[in-house]
Amino acid sequence: MEIPYVTQPRRDTGLYNAKVGIWLFLASEVMLFGGLFASYIMLRVGAPEGTWPTDLLDVPIGTINTVVLILSSVTVVLAWSALKLKNFKQYRRFQAVTILCAVTFIVIKSFEYREKFTHYDVVLVTGERVDGHLKERGEDEQGEEYLVLSHPVSYPAVNGIAYRPEAVREQKKSGQIDADRRIAQSEVKSIKNWSPAANTYFAIYFTMTALHALHVIAGALVIAWIWGPGASLWKTDPERYINRVEVSGLFWHFVDLVWIFLFPVLYLL
Amino acid sequence: MEATQTQAQRQSVHETHHEQGPGFLRQYIFSTDHKIIGLQYAVTALCFLLIGFFLMCLMSWSKAYDMAAVPVLGPLLETLLGNAAAEGKISPDLYNSFGAMHGTIMVFLAIVPMVFAAFGNYIVPLQIGAVDMAFPRINMASYQFYFLGGVVMLTSFFIPNGAAQAGWTSYSPLATVIETDGQTFWLIGMVLLITSSLLGAVNFIATIIQLRAPGMTWMRMPWFVWVQFVTAFLLLLAFPPLEVAALMQLMDKLVGTSFFLPTGMALTSGEFATAESAAASGGGSALLYQHLFWFLGHPEVYVLILPAMGIVAEVISNHARRPLWGYRTLVYSVLAVGFLSFIVWAHHMYLTGMGTFISAFFQTTTIIISIPSVVILTCLFITLWGGSIRINTPPMLFALAFLPMFGIGGLTGLPLAFNFADLHLHDTYYVIAHFHYVVAPGTIFGLMAGIYFWYPKVTGRLMNDYWGKVHFWASLLFMNIVFMPMFYQGMKGMIRRQHDGGAGYSSARNPDGIGGLDDTVMEFNTVILMGALMLGLAQIPFILNFFLSLKYGEKAASDNPWRATTLDWQTPTPPPHGNFRQPPEVVRGPYDYSLPGAKEDFVPQNQPA
Amino acid sequence: MSGHSPEEVQLEKKRYLTVFYILLVGTVVTVAAYFVELPWQALTVLVALIIASVKGFFVAGYFMHLMDEKKLIYVVMGFTFFFFLGLLLLTIWAWADTPISSW
Repeated sequence: MEIPYVTQPRRDTGLYNAKVGIWLFLASEVMLFGGLFASYIMLRVGAPEGTWPTDLLDVPIGTINTVVLILSSVTVVLAWSALKLKNFKQYRRFQAVTILCAVTFIVIKSFEYREKFTHYDVVLVTGERVDGHLKERGEDEQGEEYLVLSHPVSYPAVNGIAYRPEAVREQKKSGQIDADRRIAQSEVKSIKNWSPAANTYFAIYFTMTALHALHVIAGALVIAWIWGPGASLWKTDPERYINRVEVSGLFWHFVDLVWIFLFPVLYLL
Repeated sequence: MEATQTQAQRQSVHETHHEQGPGFLRQYIFSTDHKIIGLQYAVTALCFLLIGFFLMCLMSWSKAYDMAAVPVLGPLLETLLGNAAAEGKISPDLYNSFGAMHGTIMVFLAIVPMVFAAFGNYIVPLQIGAVDMAFPRINMASYQFYFLGGVVMLTSFFIPNGAAQAGWTSYSPLATVIETDGQTFWLIGMVLLITSSLLGAVNFIATIIQLRAPGMTWMRMPWFVWVQFVTAFLLLLAFPPLEVAALMQLMDKLVGTSFFLPTGMALTSGEFATAESAAASGGGSALLYQHLFWFLGHPEVYVLILPAMGIVAEVISNHARRPLWGYRTLVYSVLAVGFLSFIVWAHHMYLTGMGTFISAFFQTTTIIISIPSVVILTCLFITLWGGSIRINTPPMLFALAFLPMFGIGGLTGLPLAFNFADLHLHDTYYVIAHFHYVVAPGTIFGLMAGIYFWYPKVTGRLMNDYWGKVHFWASLLFMNIVFMPMFYQGMKGMIRRQHDGGAGYSSARNPDGIGGLDDTVMEFNTVILMGALMLGLAQIPFILNFFLSLKYGEKAASDNPWRATTLDWQTPTPPPHGNFRQPPEVVRGPYDYSLPGAKEDFVPQNQPA
Repeated sequence: MSGHSPEEVQLEKKRYLTVFYILLVGTVVTVAAYFVELPWQALTVLVALIIASVKGFFVAGYFMHLMDEKKLIYVVMGFTFFFFLGLLLLTIWAWADTPISSW
């Protein structure tokens, strides 16, 4: 005996099995990302004075990624519509754009990550705090190690990282930010890069975006599989194939939805 | 006549399997058939139940005879676990590992997989008249994730410094700073187990919604199916926050973040050993972990108990030859329990210094949730009223014993719901006794009832009645000997998670101390140890019975030896791939026992009037 | 929304494009609001979250067809959303009501 309602909807629910399945799965995903957002709020409101940074991320890049994901979302539904009109070629074109968007998103995201990992935050023995993009690291003629930071931002360490945006604004005005800063090893009290361990903001930023990126990758793989090797189903059971495209699309929109909230929360607030 | 037909059919099913059936691997290891997966879950979970039980015995030993070499097993422990069990003694660290892993194994690897995944997989599709689960391959993946999670958990015993030591709750910052990779294993194991549960839950709900046979309306579903339905929702929605907590703790452990390490916390051990480094990142919240954990933790309690209630309800209705009393009430009650269980979690956290308003809120919801629980129990009791009770079979004995045992467990929970009483009882043996009464003589009795009840459907043979009764009476006696004294110990102030069983606090050691434990309290540790060992012996008849009955058990007289009404009994025995001879058509409610005017005292759900 | 007739699908396509433009505008507005100095932090948060919610509403409502879905899905997602709110609000309440709140 066959399992019923694999393609045709059951009469009392009006749904086929996979659609029920994906929505249930999305329900658990809502709780997963919901738990993370709740944690974000708790950590942020509970953060000690001056320790929660803002304006550390590149807003234009974040905006581009947002647009990329929105575009991919609309191509997914357009692909699905094309399929319903039995226009397989158009479906393929739209879905190719989706997959390209996913790849673009991940590539941009990894550059963003790299940018942060190579950004160094140095506390000097003088009590000054300087951070900037690591440009150069080496030894001078005397054998002392030094590093050069480009676009350095400096402010008193006691103020805490929350006061950094103010310092940025002032130093942009004065043009101080454009000059590279050379720091000798003997001046350094502590140094670390902007990794998840840098502070709780970066911890939650990397955790949330990495988990989201994993969802992007997983979603793109599924869509690509249906697009490529799984396409033979279109000839044998087109109804079921359309269902697969719809279900994978629902997951994709959810991933987009999460980003729509992640973007302002992590980049803008 | 019918019996011979069945025989013939069974034969033919068997033959087709031989001719063109899948190979051994496909059929038993990588099977997508819900019944085989259910059995895989059952066998694995029962093994874990035994492992968890062994850990408990070793802990009891340590409590009664602190730092004394474990008799018989001592050398084996030393070989397996190395330094932590030097000279066959259980070191305090090892005791902590055993404690953490006993809880983890029992909850996540034994009970949930047994009552939810195993019984649910095997019975639910049969009871709703489905050919299989909605997503057979996801079902297989769910078992594989579970198995993998189990392997990771067990492996952690054998790594340097041993398994996780911070209790099954793994509270941060303690869990983060203990120097063992066991915690990392624990977290990875948990992520795998959570994944397995989520896949299972999606599958169960989709199956129950979509694959009910024609005529199987919501209010004609056996109550057991309702219970599994609610349980699946609890798993689906409560587990993700724990997954969040596990991921964040994993980040703390591996990447050096400090989600759960508050600013200014001085660490004396671990990788982040200086107070400065903890402060440097800081800003974390230790309470956040507890919120995320208990958001799962409390619904999980109902995941443990609800399916057992479902089994008990099936057995009682069947053996009392009466319809389940108040079927609709039961359905609404279980829905209410499921709903409320999401908003009671912080009653585990009264001691964290929560304010009075929020305490009052959680206290209120906690008291409210006891109402539907009591309603359920009452309905089960009233079902017995005026029934024609078949009392003397193992399933019924276990089911009947479930009622008072769960009653004790539930009622002793009331003082814990009130925050003023909880402040005294929190983290004492009273709490241990309370939830073990719910889960051990409660849930485990329920699942034993289920095993004795459905064994003939799965194997075609009955388990031995006499040894079943020996198993029951001995288990009942020794379960109570193990857990009853703990109430007393707890009320006297004995704190949990002590490898010396509270000896450090005893008045013998601190004659002038305030709140020392007197000798009676300490002596109960020995009683508990003896009870635990005897309880272990009492399981031997069961284990032998379970395996020997496969071959030597009395053959079930028909496909429906208990003369039950639900669809699971209207299949061939054992049910073949696809389950039913012809698609069942449901025409009546699930419990038409002793129907006036009917030819027999039961009318199956698919039998036309 | 499960209409398969060509006219319905054409209509759908149009609607998807409209939503796409709305989302783009929403993104622009969010970013613009970021560069505008608002009097208080709370207002910034409110504006950002409102815009995000509107965008979310359009994605969930039209791309995921939640505007026109079966009752079952509404029930499931309704309960899920309720429990998410429970997790969020009760945790915040518990945090706010804890005398030693730094932990």
